[in-house]
Amino acid sequence: MALRRRSIKDTRGEATLFRVRAMVGFALILMGLGVLVARYQYLQVQRHDEFALRSENNRVKPRAIPPARGLIFDRNGVLLADNVPAFRLEVVPEQIKDMPAMLAAIREVVPLDDGDIDAFKKQLKQNRRFDSVPLKLHLTEDEIDRFAISRWRFPGVDVVPYLTRRYPYGPLFAHVVGYVGRIDADDMTRLDADRYKGTSHVGRSGLERSYEDMLHGEPGYELVEVNADGRVQRVLETHAPTPGKNLYLSIDVRVQKAATEAFQGRPGSAVAIDPRNGQVMAMVSVPSYDPNLFVNGISKADYTGYMTAEDKPLLNRALKSAYPPGSTVKPFLALGGLELGIRRPEDTVLSTGEFCIPGQQRCYRDDTRGGNGTVNMVRAIQLSTNTYFYKLALDMGIDRLASWMGSLGFGKKTGIDLLGESEGILPSREWKATRSKYPWFQGETVIAGIGQGYWNVTALQLAHATATFAGHGTPYAPRLVMATQQVKERPVALPNPATGPSLIHKPHDWDVVNQGMLAVVNEVGGTAKGQFTGFPYLVAGKSGTAERFSRRSNDYDTNKNTSYLATRHRAWFIAYTPVESPRIAVVAMLEAGAWGAQDAGPIVRKIMEAWIASTGGPVPAKNNEAAPSPASSAPYIPDVPEDTPVATPADMSAMPAESTSTTGNDDGGNP
Amino acid sequence: MIDALQERLVRFLQRVVKRPRIDIPLALGLITLATVGLVTLYSASGGNMPMIAGQAARFAMGGVLVLLISRIPPSVLRTWTPWLYAGSVFLLLVVAAIGEVRSGSKRWLDLGVLSFQPSELLKLTMPMMVAWYLHPRQLPPSWKDIIAVGILIGIPAGLIAEQPDLGTALLVSAAGAFALFLSGMRWWKIGSLLGAVGAMIPVAWHFLHEYQRNRVRTLLDPESDPLGNGWHIIQSQIAVGSGGLFGKGWQHGTQSRLDFLPEHTTDFIFAVFAEEFGLVGVICLMLLYAFIIGRCLWIAMEARDTYSRLLAGAIGMSFFVYVFVNGGMVAGMLPVVGVPMPLISYGGTSAVSLLTGFGVLMSIYANRKIHK
Repeated sequence: MALRRRSIKDTRGEATLFRVRAMVGFALILMGLGVLVARYQYLQVQRHDEFALRSENNRVKPRAIPPARGLIFDRNGVLLADNVPAFRLEVVPEQIKDMPAMLAAIREVVPLDDGDIDAFKKQLKQNRRFDSVPLKLHLTEDEIDRFAISRWRFPGVDVVPYLTRRYPYGPLFAHVVGYVGRIDADDMTRLDADRYKGTSHVGRSGLERSYEDMLHGEPGYELVEVNADGRVQRVLETHAPTPGKNLYLSIDVRVQKAATEAFQGRPGSAVAIDPRNGQVMAMVSVPSYDPNLFVNGISKADYTGYMTAEDKPLLNRALKSAYPPGSTVKPFLALGGLELGIRRPEDTVLSTGEFCIPGQQRCYRDDTRGGNGTVNMVRAIQLSTNTYFYKLALDMGIDRLASWMGSLGFGKKTGIDLLGESEGILPSREWKATRSKYPWFQGETVIAGIGQGYWNVTALQLAHATATFAGHGTPYAPRLVMATQQVKERPVALPNPATGPSLIHKPHDWDVVNQGMLAVVNEVGGTAKGQFTGFPYLVAGKSGTAERFSRRSNDYDTNKNTSYLATRHRAWFIAYTPVESPRIAVVAMLEAGAWGAQDAGPIVRKIMEAWIASTGGPVPAKNNEAAPSPASSAPYIPDVPEDTPVATPADMSAMPAESTSTTGNDDGGNP
Repeated sequence: MIDALQERLVRFLQRVVKRPRIDIPLALGLITLATVGLVTLYSASGGNMPMIAGQAARFAMGGVLVLLISRIPPSVLRTWTPWLYAGSVFLLLVVAAIGEVRSGSKRWLDLGVLSFQPSELLKLTMPMMVAWYLHPRQLPPSWKDIIAVGILIGIPAGLIAEQPDLGTALLVSAAGAFALFLSGMRWWKIGSLLGAVGAMIPVAWHFLHEYQRNRVRTLLDPESDPLGNGWHIIQSQIAVGSGGLFGKGWQHGTQSRLDFLPEHTTDFIFAVFAEEFGLVGVICLMLLYAFIIGRCLWIAMEARDTYSRLLAGAIGMSFFVYVFVNGGMVAGMLPVVGVPMPLISYGGTSAVSLLTGFGVLMSIYANRKIHK
């Protein structure tokens, strides 16, 4: 068919046809261009006088007014990020005759560092000669005064007011709220130029970055009259910008403060989550930094100081540092054993101090020499019996272990409303296949059972898993922002629906693991017995002491010196309370802690105490004071509905006053 | 092996430089146009030298492309055509899946070192594909062939319109349609097709984005919205109209200088040109464009086979669409769509893709019919 067609193809006829068509086409094009010229003739000749007049009178033009950035509050309305008026030095390049000379002269009046000059020169190249370019942000009063005196020497240079960001709590919320920074050339290609016209700062890290879109707002404009040189003569009409939305965190500033102080400067992190809705109650990473330094360009000295500090203050440990979780995975593994039908609660294992895979030489150890004897699940959690979990992991197999632990959120992002969280490592065949040419070994399954080996989790992931368990298996993505507020309107709660159905299908399974974790804290022999004595609620928890190095020999390490151990261990503690219906789940991690319960446990307790105080509960008794057994005391039910998401502004403003009056805690009221 | 390749490459480059196979009149027309473009850009950008240097560098790169592509015979281009077309449509699909969103539309593909818009490729591969399809068929095309070409045009044009980028979708479909027109499609068939398209307009209205509808509405009555969408149209017309017969003179256009005219280096640069050089300047520039298009069609007529003819003709005619749509937009005759004024508007991708097309034209010129 195709061949026949080709054979009758009339090439010469086609060429002629094309000639005709090309000429017709060209004629049409000339007509089209003629129409265009006619239109220009109409505009430029017929209506020239009218447009010339309009151009002459074209003295009014719109000018963008940048919106005020949304404010950030804690759950009670305490201000965490504020806008304050400041002044900056601006230069109109066109009016400067000799730029290097002007810069040299102005440096004698207003000190400029090389960073200012670099940023200025960069922006100078991108701007048009008649657009003003900021030279130095955040002038001090002294600088403003000195410039005012010698202003006559610098035509084309002016002091201009603007709003800058201030973080009243400084380092306390640096890892949560983050900071804004000056918009640079890279940002300009990324951002919507119309929305950011006139805006000088953009969110760089933390919530400032992840909620940039909400915080920014919509610019307004004003109609200004300009003279023939384009200078503004007066403002004719103003269309106000829409300010960015305010954010309300679910964190209480007092809980956050207590959590930070509990670390006493030791590097580590802690996260507290409300199991009922995923709201983050505290999130700290120690040490921290001062976000205020970044807002108007950090000085080289400050930045180098932060970058070279050995304890890495800029690192958000809660979000990004993943470490082996150690024994804290045991309750989750136990739950998996029950849910998957691999273990019944009453099944026992004999712990002799050493566990060997049948048919293999290499053996794995219990922490206690001689082992814990015969233990069932509750007791295995209470005593943290390695042998029980070695065996459970082996029976479960790495594939089921990885899939179950994965369903609790290990090995993936929790979905918190911050950018850049680490995924950690969930040991699995797939993970190993991407890293190693060797297959999966059984021994690796065994140590995965006690949270060692390839395991790596962040404090946030562990808190997320603990909260998911405490909330009877219903998973929520952690959320720092619980409500947003349009200026002059009521705050609106941000919905945070569960990310899936409950992971626990048999309610009794929860009871068993819960009992094990209760025993950890409350029963004789529990690894954290005594840590929560006198605490008004029943606390369930689990300690974890992860080794930073693998064992070199078969000898037991007999050095019990705490500071020595701290260099070898990371301490974890996970807990939730009240056990009857958990309202807070807390994880604390110390990068260099000797023992999970003894070193990380007290941090968790302090966070929980601050939380009770913030909700208006009883002031907890001291650790060593005689107190009625928590098991027998009726759980305290606070009358402040602190868990209900923000209802009305009245409630919001009433809350800090109310809670401060009941607790007598005045830390959080005003900075 | 490598040495041999290197040697061949060197010899190829020597040939490119020593005996360029280019049409001198067309080349001169393009060089004049690019010069006018740089001069206008200098004024429109307020003397922004990095911008001008960047644009000049792109022109230089485009010139090298023209020289290189002119050495590729049209027969080779023809065998590559289906792959180039399939490749560019594939990239469009990639953009639809993972493209980068910039100011509300998904057009860009980020390759790490550079990011580009795959829709630009279609401006060339589309007429190539239609010419390739029609080349072996009996012409004038039957309904069956017309429908097939319609599908070849429709798929990428739909994908581009969906990004949304109506301007490029229009240019791409026009390039394909011109090839069909030049192939001798019967007038009554053209008439009935245009009639059908006309009948579709009310339906298409519903598929437009709200911002696109607003642009059409504003065009009809710009004064109704003098600060929003109408601002472009009004300020652009004031710029053009106040230019008068002889213009305000180079670098004396107040409209762009005082920031009244938005986008005055890119889509609306022609308003700056019209303001500063007046109607005389506009007519001169239009004559230059007409000369370039006419020269393209002449090259097409001299071409050796159907493929080259259709391709050269379609490239030349789609050049007109740029000029007409952009000029009409600046003069308030057509709605605001993102179509640049060829080789005058600032912007890399369009200059490079246009010059690539002229490289193909040069190659067709070099392989023209041999006259006795």
